[in-house]
Amino acid sequence: MTPDRIRQEVSAWLDANWRIDRPLIEWREILLEGGWAAPHWPEEWYGRGFTLDQTAVVAEVFRERDAVPAAQVGPRGLASETILACGSDDQKRRFLRPILTGEHTWCQLFSEPGSGSDLAGLSTRAEMKNGKWIVNGQKVWNTSAHHADFGLLVARTDWDVPKHQGISYFLLDMRQAGVEARPLRQMNGHQSFNEVFMTNAVVPPEDLIGGEGNGWHVAKTTLSFERRGFSRRVRGSSIDGPKQGPIYEEYEEELRIAAEPYTWYPQREGRVDLVLPRARETGAINDPATRQEIAKLICLYTGARLASDGAEARRKAGTTEIIPAGSIGKLAASVIARQASVVHTMISGADAMLSGPDSAADGIIAEVLVSVPAISIAGGTDEIQRNIISERVLGMPKGFRADQGPFRDIKRNA
Amino acid sequence: MQTEFSKEQNLLRDVVSRALRDKSPATAVRELMATDRGYDPAVWQELCGDAGLAGVHVPEVHGGAGGGAVELGIVAEEMGRTLFCGPWFASAVMAGTALLEAANESDREELLPGVADGSTIATLVLDDLDDPAGVGGSITATANGTLTGVASMAVDAHVADLLLVVASGTGVLGLHAVEGGASGLAIEPLQVVDPTRKLSRVAFTGVPGRHIGEVTGDTLNRIWDRICSALAHEMMGGAQHLFETTVSYTKERFQFGRPIGSFQALKHRCADLLLEIEIARALTHHSARCLDSGEGEPCAASMAKAAAADAYMSAARAGIQLRGGIGFTWENDTHLWFKRSKGSEVLFGTPAIHRERMMTMLEGAA
Repeated sequence: MTPDRIRQEVSAWLDANWRIDRPLIEWREILLEGGWAAPHWPEEWYGRGFTLDQTAVVAEVFRERDAVPAAQVGPRGLASETILACGSDDQKRRFLRPILTGEHTWCQLFSEPGSGSDLAGLSTRAEMKNGKWIVNGQKVWNTSAHHADFGLLVARTDWDVPKHQGISYFLLDMRQAGVEARPLRQMNGHQSFNEVFMTNAVVPPEDLIGGEGNGWHVAKTTLSFERRGFSRRVRGSSIDGPKQGPIYEEYEEELRIAAEPYTWYPQREGRVDLVLPRARETGAINDPATRQEIAKLICLYTGARLASDGAEARRKAGTTEIIPAGSIGKLAASVIARQASVVHTMISGADAMLSGPDSAADGIIAEVLVSVPAISIAGGTDEIQRNIISERVLGMPKGFRADQGPFRDIKRNA
Repeated sequence: MQTEFSKEQNLLRDVVSRALRDKSPATAVRELMATDRGYDPAVWQELCGDAGLAGVHVPEVHGGAGGGAVELGIVAEEMGRTLFCGPWFASAVMAGTALLEAANESDREELLPGVADGSTIATLVLDDLDDPAGVGGSITATANGTLTGVASMAVDAHVADLLLVVASGTGVLGLHAVEGGASGLAIEPLQVVDPTRKLSRVAFTGVPGRHIGEVTGDTLNRIWDRICSALAHEMMGGAQHLFETTVSYTKERFQFGRPIGSFQALKHRCADLLLEIEIARALTHHSARCLDSGEGEPCAASMAKAAAADAYMSAARAGIQLRGGIGFTWENDTHLWFKRSKGSEVLFGTPAIHRERMMTMLEGAA
């Protein structure tokens, strides 16, 4: 279907159905029935089999009309895409609808205190007892876990096979006695994540997804959606400006809760946008040494943007791109953020000792200085990105591995 | 503004790349760099006379192929990849650009065709190779065009049939044409770090010259930008060659029972280098597109020159270091690119000078 045709259809449908005086859930039920909740999904599951580009046209019309879309922000987007890709029909029937309507929120239960970069080395245990899976272990870095209804859980079900083969993937009911989420405070003072403790938590057998021992494959599916930005839609999806009407109040609240963990994310990227204004304001723009560092930052920032635009254009033109733009872009973001942090420090001088309302830009600069260390860790450390780039792009040989054979015999954290 | 190379441009790159791999292997580079002349006239005739590589950026009316900074950059990149030895950069890039930007129409008509088809070897003589702001003062011209003064370094002047000299006279700087064999001209070859690019000291003692155009500050900056963009391309070609050969080497060299490329210390250095090269190359290609379209950042050429120089030196340092002791020998080819990198880093402005130039363009002088 052409973009124009899509625009016409969506507009006509919104003319007939969109009203601002409906409760949010009721509107979303209508949206689901109409087939506009997730147009890139297959027809039998609320969608129309659209491409992502076609789906973007639908989203554009919704934005123009200030019409509220389906709930796709935050980790629930990862849940729905994973269930759609790997789940049984029964799981799709039970879980997809309340995700799209916004009734259920989700979290991701992947990383563990003993298993960060080496996710497949996880040691949360799931055992079948009396027809149910019993889960024991601890997870960490779980965004939104403190209010989530369900969790995407990877746990070890077989300790006698190589590590990737003994993992299973579960849909965990978070509202049970055996699951406890505790907020985790970060070095920048924010609490964007949780630790989740599972003590004899129960999963019914029908909530195992993708089959026993096949969890690594399902986890890779989730991670591929995460890399493609399905969990971060939150930033682009808000309706511009406050809108009058009951449905907007509910929707804005949903967005606010989903966006809350990410308020400091612009700071971890270094706030390059504030460099020149701050340098002018403080007079640091006249310092030769600072000018050199600002110029380096501008070169990095401009060059990385041009390189990524080029990769994107080649992708659209269908050229086979051997460069994994994700890993290179992520490494570039770290380099840029670190250089921005250096420059902000030079500009502020001794004032960089202050934070909060006492400091420059109402604490934003101070927050940059203590948030930038996160960018080279979150979502795969720089070191892991360098491994990916050197092995997959440059074809350099893999190093010696000490984690072959049965997982039981592999050395791991106590 | 164009953001990708066109089919024709990719084709040009393929043709130039094949020709240079054939005509400028490392053995030829080693042979030519040891000679005083520094190039092979037969190869020069094939590449410039027959294939037209000195005129890719020259308008068709002046005997060129009618391309722009992008086409010039493509050729420069391939020249840099193979360390082509010859006066192409001096003649096509430096002198060609000076003629295009500063010469009067009638002088362009007279002089450009020879440069474009390689029958004239020209160079641009400046009394400062660090900063356009420093040009002028050391060479002066009288009202009738007689030149006196010294340029402490000039690229490939020892083989030039035509020297284009920027000299001060009455009022703004002027561009002057001087014949290679003119009386009073003393060209003294200099000992250089990078023997693939020959430098000479050029002294003028009442040398007869011809005023062929005015060089305002803006003109000089435009010339500087175009030369720096082409030089950045040349550097990226060299950086890419070093990067590819270095990564290959780490896969072949065994120590401790493993290819050294399996050690993370080397893998991570290579990944960082890839990133630095990708960023510098994007800025470099962008600089040519800005020059051709007249759009984009005014400081694009300085960004490119600074980033390309740093990336080339990073690749050169890694090229030596990752080869260990072998990389430090004369027999191994890596030092040839290392030296070209060092020379290019400082020719037409160090990275620091270009960063300051870019900040001045963005924010005004400090």
